[in-house]
Amino acid sequence: MADKRTTRSGGFARLWNDPTVRARTFQILTALVVVYFFWTIFQNTVANMERRGISTGLGFLSQPSGFGIVMSLIPYNETMSYGRTFWVGLLNTLLVSGLGIVLATIVGFIVGIGRLSKNWLVSTLSAVFVDTFRNIPLLLQIFFWYFAVLRNLPGPRQSMEIGEMFFLNNRGLYLPAPLPEEGMGVVWGVLVLALIGAVLLYRWARKRQEATGQQFPAIRVGIAMVIGLPLVVFLAMGSPMDWDVPELRGFNFRGGIVMIPELGALLLALTVYTAAFIAEIVRSGIQAVSHGQTEASAALGLKRGTTLRLVIIPQAMRVIIPPLTSQYLNLTKNSSLAVAIGYPDLVSVFMGTTLNQTGQAVEIVAITMLVYLTISLTISFLMNIYNKAAALKER
Amino acid sequence: MNQETELIQPPAQVASKAVKGEAIIKVIDMHKWYEQFHVLRGLNLEVSKGERIVICGPSGSGKSTFIRCINRLEEHQRGQIIVDGIELTDDLRNIDTIRREVGMVFQHFNLFPHLTVLENCCLAPIWVRKTPRKEAEQIAMKYLERVKIPDQAKKYPGQLSGGQQQRVAIARSLCMNPKIMLFDEPTSALDPEMIKEVLDVMIELAESGMTMLCVTHEMGFAKTVADRVIFMDQGEIVEQGIPKEFFGNPREARTRQFLQQILNH
Amino acid sequence: MSDGKVNPVLPPPSLSVGVIGWIKKNLFPSWFSGVLTVVLGYFIISSLIPFIDWAILKADFIGESPADCTSEGACWVFIGTRLDFFIYGFYPESEHWRVNVIYLIFGLIIVPQFFSAVSARIKMILGVFGVTVFPALSFVMIYGSETFGLPIVGTSVWGGLTLTLILAYVGIVAAIPIGILLALGRRSDMPLVRALCVVFIEFWRGVPLITILFMASVMLPLFLPDGVTFDRLLRALIGITLFQSAYMAEVIRGGLQAIPKGQYEAAEALGLGYWQGMGLIILPQALKIVIPGIVNTLISLFKDTTLVLVIGLFDLLRAVQATIIDPAWRNVATEGYIFAAFVFWVFCYSMSRYSQMLERKLHTGHKR
Repeated sequence: MADKRTTRSGGFARLWNDPTVRARTFQILTALVVVYFFWTIFQNTVANMERRGISTGLGFLSQPSGFGIVMSLIPYNETMSYGRTFWVGLLNTLLVSGLGIVLATIVGFIVGIGRLSKNWLVSTLSAVFVDTFRNIPLLLQIFFWYFAVLRNLPGPRQSMEIGEMFFLNNRGLYLPAPLPEEGMGVVWGVLVLALIGAVLLYRWARKRQEATGQQFPAIRVGIAMVIGLPLVVFLAMGSPMDWDVPELRGFNFRGGIVMIPELGALLLALTVYTAAFIAEIVRSGIQAVSHGQTEASAALGLKRGTTLRLVIIPQAMRVIIPPLTSQYLNLTKNSSLAVAIGYPDLVSVFMGTTLNQTGQAVEIVAITMLVYLTISLTISFLMNIYNKAAALKER
Repeated sequence: MNQETELIQPPAQVASKAVKGEAIIKVIDMHKWYEQFHVLRGLNLEVSKGERIVICGPSGSGKSTFIRCINRLEEHQRGQIIVDGIELTDDLRNIDTIRREVGMVFQHFNLFPHLTVLENCCLAPIWVRKTPRKEAEQIAMKYLERVKIPDQAKKYPGQLSGGQQQRVAIARSLCMNPKIMLFDEPTSALDPEMIKEVLDVMIELAESGMTMLCVTHEMGFAKTVADRVIFMDQGEIVEQGIPKEFFGNPREARTRQFLQQILNH
Repeated sequence: MSDGKVNPVLPPPSLSVGVIGWIKKNLFPSWFSGVLTVVLGYFIISSLIPFIDWAILKADFIGESPADCTSEGACWVFIGTRLDFFIYGFYPESEHWRVNVIYLIFGLIIVPQFFSAVSARIKMILGVFGVTVFPALSFVMIYGSETFGLPIVGTSVWGGLTLTLILAYVGIVAAIPIGILLALGRRSDMPLVRALCVVFIEFWRGVPLITILFMASVMLPLFLPDGVTFDRLLRALIGITLFQSAYMAEVIRGGLQAIPKGQYEAAEALGLGYWQGMGLIILPQALKIVIPGIVNTLISLFKDTTLVLVIGLFDLLRAVQATIIDPAWRNVATEGYIFAAFVFWVFCYSMSRYSQMLERKLHTGHKR
């Protein structure tokens, strides 16, 4: 090493002490290590697959699957391809995630607002709900609903029923299926018209407010219109809708819509578990809006409802939405626990059955991970855009 | 004497606009408790129309709680508060009516951060007074001009300085055309150089004949503007009087001690 | 109007305090709220009474076999007879003492952390011991070692709560150093390093743990050269650690971001190099403020360990799952799940309280 007092140093030492050179060297070394790592893995994998006689590629996707799936949103039978099973699984994943997100949001908001209630019973009960369900593993909750509750229901012959329309037994929940008859098109048409009408009404109410200052309950009237008008037309036309009511034939029910217990258990558990987290997000979001905001609104004479709608909720939502989206993502990823009770989601039919039958581990694991990764990254991307827009508006 | 008070002292005392005999606020033997703690202990006060009152006292003396009772941000448990002929009770309609007539300015401004300055000012006129939006915006601009920030109307509160925010808050209250204005330590969260701009607006407001109740430690403001200065300690009114007597010759020992602390600090 | 007389301090009017005041204020503040109280109260009472009846009053607590469960209520006898299995899995009974010793040491490390009387220094020493010597010691004790005369007990018989705790503990301890490196890398000035860390973190955070466990179980063997095999538990641990370190990195990055810029500049101004500055100035502060965050990820991990049952490991939930189907007992699924839920709940709830306590302490500490 060169003399430390002077900055004179030899060629190598000078290079070593130059931060850019050091950084570049370090990065090149890192790149080499990473490339070497993946190269080794690639080599090993190719060698291992050859030895085990596994062919590579996505050819298997067009082969017939040869297994049935208990629930499918698109036509499916065992003669169809593995590619088809992928779509069946993906759609089932999206179905349970979508339903779960809607239900968890509703329950979560109710419980979260309940935690802030002045009513001691309501706030305590909400706190107990959150502290209980947040601290018990989701898988355990799924098992509980599936094995201890739904599978323990009576058999089809002893079903619990409501008005000979809805039946609940250990094979699932049976609901009447709507069969639209001639004339239902008119009802749909009226519904569309009512929707357009509601939008126009809302605009008119705003214009009138701007001109005269008069308020008009456009939202309430609009909702009444959208529900009421089609209903009136529906009844006036003599209810052009038939119901395919499930019926007990032999050992099981036929007809209607069935919600299999696997879906029921998964949905219940996902809803309750995620709702506990959403409740906490909602609570802290509302609490993040300072008490001064409520006081200022009150001092200006705004009513409680108006304050909530125009002052508290818009501010709370900015705090709530980012963590809420990440809960939606978690719920979607958690729906993969379906595999443990045999609900035919993507992981269960594709990473489970299809992988077992074909042995195409690398391709199947990669495809499945890619699906989830795509969902996650898309949502994070949209979230970033939202956050930037919100940040821009505030400052 | 602290410097800020000297700075803001205008040459002469603002002429009193109080209309004697016409009480717009009456507080009769009013008590309030927080759980077991007796915060307000039998307050009595009559405020005439157009009167300007400054309330001072050490922290924890209940002065903020007192003015917050006047528009029912806090509930009192005993005694009567009558504002503009209406008694404050649990009746929500009474509370609504009174809050329309009473404007309030807070220590921490409490502007709505998600709305622009103009929207902040228009919100209550539109939703409470049912004013057409156009008209509400015109009124808002009028008051924003009066507090000298019409050019900031399209900005969000977060983009303004503290003094500007407090002036917007004053304009926001004025847009409701209130009969009474309450000020809860309006300058104590501000940097020294911004206190003057807010006090100037308040002095101008006083000149226009507004009934004002103001909790503040700005003694210069009290001397210039107040018709009456009230000193509170431990939840009761210890002493009150016109500024000249109050500052020149305080009767109570507690008042003297407080004034000494605040003026020599 | 003050005449020098001081108004007396009075007690509040009786309507606003006392039992009646409390009930009025907290249960019937308005008629809507009152109706809610009545309805909810009815539901709570009508569901709690049968539950207490089932779980306590009509339940069987004492006994050794299915025959002892004679009443209509819960059969807690089942839990009692299978308790050993729930805790140790298939671990040989003659060697249970080895696991117990580890539980004892574990308790000695953890319990003092909850008491404020214990000095911060002792807590710190125990903590460092817990993440360094303790894991090694536990491995020697539980796996065994010829040199110490402890017979080897293969990982295939590890199970129950012990396995659950091992998975969570190893997962968190291994994830901390990796997480620190990833967090530093993500904030690095070097674009390549930063990009690699971002890709790593976002990849593992973007996929469900279950797919990672599948990957570890079916793909990992393909990645290794011929002849090298990993034990199933080790494969699961690798998967969990990768997954966990990505989450850990984000928690630690949050802490690094919270350190004021002045601290970084001060470290540089003192002439400290990058690693010295990080190690001596920045990380000690950052890690301290992220402890609540780390505990929160530990809670998630603890719950997530139940997922290992899909790749055939015998954790607590799997142990319960396997015993409740025993036909010798009548339907004991509910009892089994309630027991497992209770165990998980106790761990998770106490951890979450601990992290809330730390958070409050940190908050007040920063306020001055």
